[in-house]
Amino acid sequence: MADPMRIRATAKDGTVNVKVLMSHEMETGQRKDANGKIVPAHFIQNVTAAHNGKVVLSAQWGPAIAKNPFLEFNFKGGKAGDKIQVTWTDNKGDKRTDEAAIN
Amino acid sequence: MKSRLHAAVGSMLAGGALLAALSSNAAAQSAVDEIAKYRQQLQDGNPADLWEARGEDLWKRKGGPKKASLEGCDLGKGAGVVKGAYAELPKYFADADRVMDLETRLVHCMVTLQGYTLADATKRPFGAGSNRSDIEALTAFVTAESKGVTMNVALNHEKEKEAFRLGEKIFFFRGGPHDFACATCHGETGKRIRLQDLPNLTEKGGAQLAYTTWPAYRVSQGELRTFQWRLNDCFRQQRFPELKFTSEASIALTTFLARNANGAPFNAPAIKR
Amino acid sequence: MKITPSLLLGCALIASGCASVNDAEVTQKAVAVMKASFNERGQAKLDRLDQDEAQRLCSIPPSATLPKDAAAGIEKANLASIKYPSDGKLLGNWRDGEKVAQSGVGMQYSDNPKNPSGANCYACHELTKEEISFGTIGPSLYNFGKVRGNSEAIQRYTYGKIYNSQAYNACSNMPRFGHKGILTEQQMKDVTALLLDPNSPVNK
Repeated sequence: MADPMRIRATAKDGTVNVKVLMSHEMETGQRKDANGKIVPAHFIQNVTAAHNGKVVLSAQWGPAIAKNPFLEFNFKGGKAGDKIQVTWTDNKGDKRTDEAAIN
Repeated sequence: MKSRLHAAVGSMLAGGALLAALSSNAAAQSAVDEIAKYRQQLQDGNPADLWEARGEDLWKRKGGPKKASLEGCDLGKGAGVVKGAYAELPKYFADADRVMDLETRLVHCMVTLQGYTLADATKRPFGAGSNRSDIEALTAFVTAESKGVTMNVALNHEKEKEAFRLGEKIFFFRGGPHDFACATCHGETGKRIRLQDLPNLTEKGGAQLAYTTWPAYRVSQGELRTFQWRLNDCFRQQRFPELKFTSEASIALTTFLARNANGAPFNAPAIKR
Repeated sequence: MKITPSLLLGCALIASGCASVNDAEVTQKAVAVMKASFNERGQAKLDRLDQDEAQRLCSIPPSATLPKDAAAGIEKANLASIKYPSDGKLLGNWRDGEKVAQSGVGMQYSDNPKNPSGANCYACHELTKEEISFGTIGPSLYNFGKVRGNSEAIQRYTYGKIYNSQAYNACSNMPRFGHKGILTEQQMKDVTALLLDPNSPVNK
């Protein structure tokens, strides 16, 4: 399985700020290696974030997203102690899910 | 890498019409300022975090032929004490009877505590994509534990003083087909190469700014790069042969530069272009 | 035992006492440490660490000054090294010169030795107004030819400076492009044209 994500979530006045750092090559499929061969595309295609099981963010990504992508978003209705779960899937079928508690 | 640039490119293109109207010196400075803003935007979500996490794992887990943890490693403040250790390195270690920087000390502990051969411990100092470097991850973890700590490299032992003097001499050593020394780019205040500002490493302000921001996640490399890497890559561009990892010259230079940075809070792992 | 300014600098930064140190010995040891700390790689062989006279004498802080006769000696020796083109023509094609000025590759162990080197002029100098990505390690060369004209004497000076900057300025930071075999004769003619040709954007 791929490397773990780093998730930090803090609640303030009913709004939760979530920061997620993902470890991923995000290879566009446009680059060539030293021998002139195309480096195959390998990038995250879908990201979902769930709060206590309910999806609060859903994203479709492509090759324009940087390597080791950083995602930050806010949502309403969470409180300290609740669980945030983030999942990504990529074009090769790899997948990663990580969880953190809201501070 | 692309989306980190999008914001910067967008704002630079928007400023394009303005640039055309300015004199070229003002235009160059305006571009330098925009790039500085781009760097500010990058500070949050530093991928160096991922190396720190991996490094903490490597520090704690039982590894190598002896299946031992690195938690027994003495980085200069006692066995297992990581907090604040980097801000005091390089220093003299009696058990090795020489001055060592962090990366040299990590190799020493991987060999003596975990039973790795020297060859195995030093086979991949700098990572490349899926070919990862354990030393880079360990360096990220250990240096993060000195974040905010004031740089405090002491020169007590005679070998520490000698390392400083040698590092200073090496800093001014001109060689190779281009006659470059470290000082060629880093010996004067207020200079830049193309649009990259150059810190003067022989004076306190410049040394503090530069030394306290390594290791760093280099966006252009997509990797976390350590101080040994920085020295190695400088010498490559100076048209010198390849600097040996943890060589005496690298430790001497690090001693000279780290000592010059004394008094400033350590601020790494950072993020750079 | 002599303590030179650079060692006083070292002593000033060392809080605890500084034993009197022989500067020549430190220099000698530093050279030995350098030679033991590098591996050859690609085209970068260990002989690149052998210093010639100018490199040896110029391994000093920018604040330090060479004794007058040492500087004169360096300039004389480097002036003697300049080889002017045998056909007597010093001005090449400024368009090709601009390409040489923009290119920063060449002679690193990561470079292919079969490819031409660049001079990387823009790393240190302003040249044309159009190129805003320029460095400030060296002075601006904008309007270099416009200010000086392009008489034969100026052409010889300009070509000579590119060939060997230390012929005119001992311990110059600028590489000695001809003397060290970095650029070809044609490339140096082209850069000379970039600086002196009235049609070059440097002079507009």
